[in-house]
Amino acid sequence: MTLSEFFYMDGYYLYVWVSYGLALVVMLAQYILPLRRKRELLKQLGRKKKRGQRL
Amino acid sequence: MLQTITKLASLKNFYFFCGKLLPWFAWPTLILMVVGLYWGLVEAPADYQQKDSYRIIFIHVPAAWMSLFVYMVMATSAAASMIWKTKASEVVANSCAPIGAAFTFLALATGSLWGKPMWGTWWEWDARLTSELVLLFLYLGYMALQSAFEDKRTAARATSILAIVGVVNIPIIHYSVEWWFTLHQGPTVQLLKNKQAMDTSMLIPLLIMATAFKFYYVTVLLMRSRNEILERESHSKWVQEEKERL
Repeated sequence: MTLSEFFYMDGYYLYVWVSYGLALVVMLAQYILPLRRKRELLKQLGRKKKRGQRL
Repeated sequence: MLQTITKLASLKNFYFFCGKLLPWFAWPTLILMVVGLYWGLVEAPADYQQKDSYRIIFIHVPAAWMSLFVYMVMATSAAASMIWKTKASEVVANSCAPIGAAFTFLALATGSLWGKPMWGTWWEWDARLTSELVLLFLYLGYMALQSAFEDKRTAARATSILAIVGVVNIPIIHYSVEWWFTLHQGPTVQLLKNKQAMDTSMLIPLLIMATAFKFYYVTVLLMRSRNEILERESHSKWVQEEKERL
């Protein structure tokens, strides 16, 4: 099997690769979103603490 | 045993427990994905009827299985929240909803992308497809309901009821291809029965991908649960200490 044959997928390349691409995007997003949220939460915690010290 | 459970029900302990589990699920996910993808896309032979288009199965079927599995975890946690009022189970149920919605969306989208070349249509209102779409709305409804309440405990009571009632849909999805005449094919993989409709050269990568999806699910579930605990406990001392440590 050559590389171009592999990407051609017997002519079904559009359906196969869009499926795999969608899965990649959705699953990466589900992984990155909580990572970002964590950073955001920790930042907020820092702010709350400073406010607490001032009071 | 009971003592361990009560201990884990406290959000602080549950947070650190999830943290300890994380690497045991994150790394196997990566390895299983790489092996499963290589096996499914390169090693497995093309189907004699569907040619290479059948390779969508390695995404479609694991995603569809997970859409049901995640719902059962969510509903079980919701039931636990109602019975024992444990906060940890509320956190798990809430974390399940967006992940389940993502898997359901993937199952529907890849099914559509598979249906077009094989059945000649992107969508058909048959029992399997419709009940899976209902599942997506159940997940989205759960998330909408959850965000409609200011107080997390009140929200949990409402969402738990929704999650438990929605369980009715699960056997409908599962048996839809047997109960009704559907465009969607019947079950191919029946591990408990002896006759196997699928060749092992295709079945093995499918099972590897299914396991990879399961490990992936636990990984992102732990991540989301930890976030929600940090959010809920932001005023307690241990969270401040955790913030210093990170």
